[in-house]
Amino acid sequence: MSNPVTFFNEMQIDEEHVREPYQSYSQWLSGENLSDVRKKAAEAETFFRRTGITFNVYGSDEADERLIPFDVVPRILAAHEWRILTRGIEQRVRAINAFLHDIYHRQEIVRAGRIPVELIATNDAFTPQMIGVSPPGDVYTHIVGTDIVRTGENEFYVLEDNARTPSGVSYMLENRETMLQMFPELFTKVKIQNVSRYPQLLRRSLAATAPPAASGNGHPVVAILTPGIHNSAYYEHSFLADQMGADLVEGHDLKLVDGRIAMRTTRGFTPIDVLYRRVDDDYLDPLTFRPDSMLGVPGIMDVYRAGGITLANAPGTGIADDKAIYSYIPDIVEFYTGEKALLNNVPTWRCSQPDSLAYVLENLAELVVKEVHGSGGYGMLVGPAASKKEIAAFREKLKAKPGNYIAQPTLALSTVPILTRAGLAPRHVDLRPFVLVSPRAIEITPGGLTRVALRKGSLVVNSSQGGGTKDTWVLEE
Amino acid sequence: MLGKNAGGLFWMFRYLERSENMARLINAGFRMALTRSSLASDEWASVLKTAGHEAAYFERYETVEAAKVIDFLLRDKSNAMSVLCVTETARNNARMVRTALTQEVWEATNECWITLKSVLTRPVREKDLPNVLGIVRQQSALVRGALHGTMLRNDTYQFARMGTFVERADNTARILDVKYYVLLPSVSHVGTSLDNVQWETILRSVSALRAFGWVSEGDIGPKAIANFLILDRRLPRSLAFCYEQLLMLTQRLVDEYGEEMPSLAMVKAQNHRLSASKIDDIFDTGLHEFLQGFLRENNAYAVQIERDYRFYG
Repeated sequence: MSNPVTFFNEMQIDEEHVREPYQSYSQWLSGENLSDVRKKAAEAETFFRRTGITFNVYGSDEADERLIPFDVVPRILAAHEWRILTRGIEQRVRAINAFLHDIYHRQEIVRAGRIPVELIATNDAFTPQMIGVSPPGDVYTHIVGTDIVRTGENEFYVLEDNARTPSGVSYMLENRETMLQMFPELFTKVKIQNVSRYPQLLRRSLAATAPPAASGNGHPVVAILTPGIHNSAYYEHSFLADQMGADLVEGHDLKLVDGRIAMRTTRGFTPIDVLYRRVDDDYLDPLTFRPDSMLGVPGIMDVYRAGGITLANAPGTGIADDKAIYSYIPDIVEFYTGEKALLNNVPTWRCSQPDSLAYVLENLAELVVKEVHGSGGYGMLVGPAASKKEIAAFREKLKAKPGNYIAQPTLALSTVPILTRAGLAPRHVDLRPFVLVSPRAIEITPGGLTRVALRKGSLVVNSSQGGGTKDTWVLEE
Repeated sequence: MLGKNAGGLFWMFRYLERSENMARLINAGFRMALTRSSLASDEWASVLKTAGHEAAYFERYETVEAAKVIDFLLRDKSNAMSVLCVTETARNNARMVRTALTQEVWEATNECWITLKSVLTRPVREKDLPNVLGIVRQQSALVRGALHGTMLRNDTYQFARMGTFVERADNTARILDVKYYVLLPSVSHVGTSLDNVQWETILRSVSALRAFGWVSEGDIGPKAIANFLILDRRLPRSLAFCYEQLLMLTQRLVDEYGEEMPSLAMVKAQNHRLSASKIDDIFDTGLHEFLQGFLRENNAYAVQIERDYRFYG
């Protein structure tokens, strides 16, 4: 058993004292009857059901649409805390875009010996089809969702840089909407920075990367490509399309017409300028990637390379958020910006390296071990929470394929209270702010998605594993 | 607008209309069975026929019994045309065309599905039937209200309404066609109470019993009823009314897009036929033949809309 860890509670200093960002909220809450607040929380569920903000669960028949549990206690950040985050995230995202450009062009960073060549050459996430391609405006990651965890007053770590097609932004928007409906009076007492402009900013940001072939009347045609209504994030796709005023298309609505990708409308085919695709690279173009894909558009990669359409995010961005690359991000930031990385990386052991592997095998009970290509909290071992048997089983998997894994120390994730039947109780949280990149600017919506592990003591916040969400507040200056 | 969305809207509103009409049909059958229990199973058989589900029903059951028919038409998952399945299909279409709907219409549709799913979880007992049918009608009225109150009057609206009226015209024509024999003057028990009850069922199936009382001024003969349901433009479920609306909607679409499509000529011709016809002529040439012809043409018009506005390709 390791020493008892004290976790940073973002709201309470101790039982009597509340941290500064939570003071107005706490004052309001002390004047409320908790059973009334609980009743409102139950209403929130009805509200979510009615708006249809559900996610589909693959492979379950009945009740195939589920709600992600929502907790009514907001997660609050002070303006100065948010500034620390935005500066660090902006720097990181800038570096990632420079890295992507470089890695698909001259690969200076490899020549300079800062990243081993085999890490690129043998990586499935490296997309040779993107070599020499320059996306419009040189933007690779139009949308990034940077996963942040906190361990202390000013201690923030980046856990993952989701640079492919990060999801969850609809929850950021709907959670705020729900809080406004449930507790309107609270918003007159606490001044919070607005998140509701995100869809308009997204549209503007996407439009700013219109391809050379766009009509040039200043109103590029923007569409969202969804795998369809059975996709787990379909709600989000339709929500964003609706809020942005963009068409929501599927592969079979699209066709190659006169060198452009066009959508079938009631009046014929209309070319699309910018496609915000929520379909993975592999499925994007059966002629270039997986030939069995029914979700994409045959020929879209040729049109893309010829400047006939903008894809957001660009294909091949997965090389930047790959777990094997992750540990090199501080070097990447330094290499392209000339500055030290402002945000911490979680120390990472690359199990492909023999010394690291030996260390990891010896300390499995204290570490978190992740699959290099896994996601959603699957295929990972949380040492301190695992049984002896689970650890033994994982040890064998690790020994069999060490290159498949990285390991990190178990972080003492901060907590924020949730409302339980017994009153407020601290639970571990993470944070995913949403970042928009255009040729002009990097914009980060103040707030993001706070995910919370609802089970006491649990460190896994993923919605597929019993996590919930909270509204995230960034206070006005 | 995307062709797929136009098709999705068209069908979403066809399905919503169908669910509501099914509820009406069950209600009429239920009333009939209550008042004339000796012939109840005939009445339910005729409901099945009107709904076009006879064959499917007999694949599942051997005898016609009220509880079975009600369950089959209301909530049977194996019957793709049951109220529950049709509502679910409408809601799935709504999800697909979510971006073409206002939030109010989407939420009303979603709530309609949530409510009916919960009301129809278990078989409905006879004593609860009127209440449940009332909920079905009310829920679809809420969707319609949201549509009227919040949607832009553009192509989105035209496609939604076209779906409604194509389906409604189809339903009214079907109800008349299944019952046409009771409307024929040659049948022996004309004027008996049996006929009166049959006529009442027809009128109930289109929610027009009271309205007919008002406009008929005492003339409740079969011709007056057929005239009312086919040619009277004041009745929102008559064939003439549906085609007046369809003509207006198709014309607006042509104006909006600035391009005339073949569907316009079809709807014009049908509308003209309905305004030029007299009920006596229809009876002279044969009511059944007239209705069969109408159903075919109505369907052909729907297929033409589908083609003209690229629903599928």
